[in-house]
Amino acid sequence: MIEIKDLHKSYTIGKNALHVLKGINFNVKEGELVAIMGSSGSGKSTLLNILGMLDVADEGTYTLDEFPIKDLNETKAAKYRNKFLGFIFQSFNLINYKSALENVALPLYYQKVPRKERNETAMKYLAKVGLADWASHLPSELSGGQKQRIAIARALAAQPKVLLADEPTGALDSKTSYEVMQLIQEINDEGKTILVVTHEDDIAKMCKRVVQLKDGVIIEDKYVEQVRASDHV
Amino acid sequence: MFNRDSWQEIFETISKNKLRTFLSGFTVALGIFIFVILFGFGNGLKNSFQEFFMDDATNIFRLFPGRTTIPHNGFKTGRFIEFDNDDLAEIQKTFKSKIQYITPRITRNYTVKFKSKSNNYGLRAVAPGHQAAEKTILMKGRYINNEDIENKTKYAVIGRLVEKDLFEGKDALGKFIDIGKRSFKVVGVFQDDGGDNEERYVYIPYTTNQLIEKNTDKLEQIIVAFKPEIGYGGAMNFEEELMTFMKKRHNIHPNDQGAIYLRNVADDLEQNQQFGSLLQMVVSFVGLGTLIAGIIGISNIMVYVVKERTKELGVRKAIGASPRSVILMILQESIFITTAAGYVGLFSGIMLLSSLGDSLDDYFIKNPYINTGTAIFATIILIVFGAIAGYVPARRAARIKPIVALRDE
Ligand SMILES: Nc1ncnc2c1ncn2[C@@H]1O[C@H](COP(=O)(O)OP(=O)(O)O)[C@@H](O)[C@H]1O
Ligand SMILES: [Mg+2]
Repeated sequence: MIEIKDLHKSYTIGKNALHVLKGINFNVKEGELVAIMGSSGSGKSTLLNILGMLDVADEGTYTLDEFPIKDLNETKAAKYRNKFLGFIFQSFNLINYKSALENVALPLYYQKVPRKERNETAMKYLAKVGLADWASHLPSELSGGQKQRIAIARALAAQPKVLLADEPTGALDSKTSYEVMQLIQEINDEGKTILVVTHEDDIAKMCKRVVQLKDGVIIEDKYVEQVRASDHV
Repeated sequence: MFNRDSWQEIFETISKNKLRTFLSGFTVALGIFIFVILFGFGNGLKNSFQEFFMDDATNIFRLFPGRTTIPHNGFKTGRFIEFDNDDLAEIQKTFKSKIQYITPRITRNYTVKFKSKSNNYGLRAVAPGHQAAEKTILMKGRYINNEDIENKTKYAVIGRLVEKDLFEGKDALGKFIDIGKRSFKVVGVFQDDGGDNEERYVYIPYTTNQLIEKNTDKLEQIIVAFKPEIGYGGAMNFEEELMTFMKKRHNIHPNDQGAIYLRNVADDLEQNQQFGSLLQMVVSFVGLGTLIAGIIGISNIMVYVVKERTKELGVRKAIGASPRSVILMILQESIFITTAAGYVGLFSGIMLLSSLGDSLDDYFIKNPYINTGTAIFATIILIVFGAIAGYVPARRAARIKPIVALRDE
């Protein structure tokens, strides 16, 4: 599903170049649930952003679903993001003046799905994350865990091939974190490929594979015995 | 992209961000409103001005006799020049093709009396042509006519305020008034746009006045109206010819500047028109200033709006909004708001102007108005520039990479 070869990325801050990714090689097959781990500043988000076409690598190749991702202009990138990828952010990034339903329906608006169908689909995914009753609520009326569920529903609504989650539990307490992880596991159980960036061990253990990032390279990449979040709830 | 769905999206955004909508709308509405009001006031000023300076006909020369300053043909300097009926007749005869009408004017002051009421008024002894020269408007009755001149009738045409003063609201037509010691019949009552003073005159035939004054044939001022079709250049030539002719008749040295004065209203008109255009320019300038202020206002608000929405736009882009759709969304929104608000400002401005009517006449703003074309043009200008003003920050926002917009602070 995802193949990256010899990926490099530097940031220039003033005159200095900060070499964040120093040759990353890694593949993800369909249906995997991968945790990307590492200390703060190790380049986890940078890697995820490149995978999410929110950022571009300086060097290396990236193939998504046998589709080479390179030289994308903004318009194309937006289209591919919409078609292939769903994002889940640490700070949810819901649009604050839109209701839960409207937030979930928004990716479908950009797919030019008719309004009625859009809202039906959005409702379906809201039900899937257990928030059908909250459809008309604004994000400000929801708890952190609920907001993240809405964000997950939004990410799923466009039926992406891959879900990319950057510290999805970073802003949540551990109980809520486990609930969100349970949802992510369920979605993965249905076959969706998911990458989760985290620096928390217990979250990483709930994935099926853990990739350790340090100083811009992968120092460890191993399959683990998945801990079911439901056991902790 | 301008389909129903995108409109729906925009209405949602607008209605859920009321303060923002109100702020940008208010700026535009206020800008247009002030523009309309200022422009209307400017036009009102122009109207007052025109009324002050254009209350008389503009195609006339006024000839006044003076004193010679250069000896000529055996005459010494300091001789008083006098016009008489022959001058009038000769001018008429010689310049027939260029003259529209001609009238003398003799000015006197008399106590005018009706029954027990009396007052001091200016008297003007004139010919029928004077009505056009002074743009006298008859309210009732008639003006001095040629028969009056011929028969030296004791008929008078009195101003509206003379009637008001002496007759206290009753009809003066057909009544007899005393002008000095003589009795005159009122045959007409007039009004004049030149203001109150102009309406406190009494007009009588000049021949009657001459008869009263020991049957003299002297005149004071001669007013000559040229045919407008001879144009400005033609009028200038005519002025020269007329002066040469009169100087010759009265044995005046051609270079004598003091013996006869000629005031050419066409010259005044030229100046007045220049002043009028100046006023117009000031008005346009002020209007332009308001518009520019409005444009700057809307630009600032657009910059603010886009900045405030950076994160939202980042989210939209992350979930699939193309840069184009981001720009279009912001533009569509700003154009919609400026159009709606512009219309509100336009409408309320025009409403206010028309409700003012003549209530500001005391401030020299008469009949303020703005023609709809100008007002709509100004509104469109503001919409267009509002759109451009929105486009610049919208494009910048659309170019920001979503990660930059989404980065957690
Ligand atoms: N846009 C940027 N410009 C400059 N430096 C950046 C930028 N984004 C990230 N960095 C730096 O790159 C390093 C890796 O960042 P990041 O990928 O966010 O790490 P992580 O998500 O693992 O905490 C950090 O040192 C960070 O300060
Ligand atoms: Mg990070």
